[in-house]
Amino acid sequence: MPNPAGAPDVLVIGGGVIGLAVAWRARERGMTVTVLERETIGGGTSRVAAGMLAPVAEAEFGEAARRLLDLGLRSADMWPAFAQELQSAAGQDVGFLRTGTLLLARDADEARELERQIAFRDSLGLTTNRLRPSQAREREPALAPTVRLALQAPDDHSVDPRLVLAALRTACESAGVQLREHAPVVRLETDAAAKRVTGVSVGKSGEPGPTRDAGDRLERGPAHDADDSSNEFLAAEQVVLAAGAWSGQVEGIAESLPVRPVRGQLLRLRDPAGPGLLSSVVRFAGGYLVPRADGRYVLGATVEERGNDVQPDAGGIYELLREAIEVVPGVRELKIEELCVGLRPGTPDNAPAIGPGALDGLTWATGHHRNGILLAPLTAQLVTQLLTGEQLDDALLATCDPRRFAVDSTSAPAAASPDAPAPKAVLP
Amino acid sequence: MHETIDTPASAAANGVAGGSAPASPAAAGGDELTIAGRTLRSRLLLGTGGFPSLALLAEAIAASGCELVTVALRRVDPAARGSLIDVLSDAGVELLPNTAGCHTARDAVLTARLAREAFATDWIKLEVIGDEDTLLPDAPELLRAAEQLVDDGFVVLPYTTDDPVLARRLADIGCAAVMPLGSPIGSGMGIRNPYNIALIRERVNVPVVLDAGIGTASDAALAMELGCDAVLAASAISRAQDPVRMAAAMRAAVQAGRLARTAGRIPRRLYATASTPDEGLPDLGPV
Repeated sequence: MPNPAGAPDVLVIGGGVIGLAVAWRARERGMTVTVLERETIGGGTSRVAAGMLAPVAEAEFGEAARRLLDLGLRSADMWPAFAQELQSAAGQDVGFLRTGTLLLARDADEARELERQIAFRDSLGLTTNRLRPSQAREREPALAPTVRLALQAPDDHSVDPRLVLAALRTACESAGVQLREHAPVVRLETDAAAKRVTGVSVGKSGEPGPTRDAGDRLERGPAHDADDSSNEFLAAEQVVLAAGAWSGQVEGIAESLPVRPVRGQLLRLRDPAGPGLLSSVVRFAGGYLVPRADGRYVLGATVEERGNDVQPDAGGIYELLREAIEVVPGVRELKIEELCVGLRPGTPDNAPAIGPGALDGLTWATGHHRNGILLAPLTAQLVTQLLTGEQLDDALLATCDPRRFAVDSTSAPAAASPDAPAPKAVLP
Repeated sequence: MHETIDTPASAAANGVAGGSAPASPAAAGGDELTIAGRTLRSRLLLGTGGFPSLALLAEAIAASGCELVTVALRRVDPAARGSLIDVLSDAGVELLPNTAGCHTARDAVLTARLAREAFATDWIKLEVIGDEDTLLPDAPELLRAAEQLVDDGFVVLPYTTDDPVLARRLADIGCAAVMPLGSPIGSGMGIRNPYNIALIRERVNVPVVLDAGIGTASDAALAMELGCDAVLAASAISRAQDPVRMAAAMRAAVQAGRLARTAGRIPRRLYATASTPDEGLPDLGPV
């Protein structure tokens, strides 16, 4: 199909880590790519993320979680090479640190729960080490003496998402990806039969550089008028939806969107004495601490079903600090650099929505919830393969199939629809 | 309207006659629970916090058969689309907002008013927490808040300790039900003082809903055997390895406990009494 003059092969909606990674990889495969970002590149959830690459630490019970674990392990395996390639392409560091992760129990109750988690990971054959308190404190002397038990996930590392975003931006720009900021997509445009995407309508951005407060606020319904005649039409062969928690603001998607904003509050801290307080990522009931190489730390995160609220609140921040200081008393001495609120794009089963939906020419790459940074390399690979029409790993695609949320569609594989909550055989 | 108080004494007195063929009162209808005029067929209430995913929550609700679920106003945004509230309305359950996270009567009353606005219901599960480590209720603040909310026209269901006197006070000031704890929230320690729970059932004339402490199915069954009118389960389901299966277990346990309660158990004895009479049996001689 001939392209209108100047139209790119691929339009990517969303300039976060997923959209940029997809754009970079697609451009590498020879496609022309334009990224449309409603505000500023990397200004949304990716910028707030802590950057844990921690599929083992985050493993949860149940079948759906098991499939998500497989995705995470696969993408975690890709990260070292992805980081390397990105660093060479951009000529800048992405802050990939082989930190490993410690899960901590502080009292007898938490130790019992942690034993349960250790047994669960053993049953899955995951690599972990059970550490006695003395072993844990040998590794991390800043841990409080009250630590009762620790689980080490030696392969759960971390990156600095802000460095990743900066590097992706540079890599995209130098590869010739067009990045358009303040270009909010208000609607997908389709052919007359409403079967195939032909492009998108871009609304007028407000004043350039809207304040964070107003700009991040998720209103109910689109922030821009989809029918405004001053909207700009952009044609494209293929459209990738990578708008994260803002995916719901794009009109014209055939199916109901399974992505909701899940609020997370966190703090960015800095040790004036430099690095050294912690070298591992530590996780505890109610939070985690992620060390960067330069003595900075991310302390997160709340998980709240409060998508419309982007201001940090005293209670959330207090609880994070209270728990962290109990585990690592030295956190008292850190400087507070920033309080952040991020909106995770959550789906009903916590797994992302990657792949084709009901409309031809639209590929989903959204709904990454807590795992956007971790799953970026895998998502970029899957989406690029879909865009080039390559053969794909069926099991992975089934896990991420956007159509699994369909309520009434016959094309829905194993629908997890809350409308049809027929319990699976729950009694023997 | 509340149902007749079903004390151990009255159950025993009613004996067989009282239980006129309740083949399956829990399952077959005719044994509904009424709280403040609202009739519930299921005697299991579900807390919605802490589920690993919304999909599992929806499946657990279906497996539990519950009709009323609690929601923490402070932890959800009623306006957010595609979120918890949508899942609950798709599941066809009614919402009971709670005041989780409140530490003073003032906060609880304000939160209840916000909940009335947000969820368009006068029902409120009143929680006023007095201690951060045990999450036990603060009795004086609870009474104060309950009094004020009842005055304001709320249907108040207070989360309370297992103190029969406090439960009585709450019922007396007009609470629609009382929700005593079995043990601290999320502890899974079961019913630590069954005697008090039975006393509460004897002493108050509104429904008693056992809230907090349920760890597994037998805890829920015991609550019902002690005469509770319903059980609220939250962490026991949401944090189980398989929340959907545990929801089904709780449903069965609540039904079993209710059936056993209304069936009238036999008195405990020190010595055995043969279940089969041994008169008139053939003498088989030494074998």
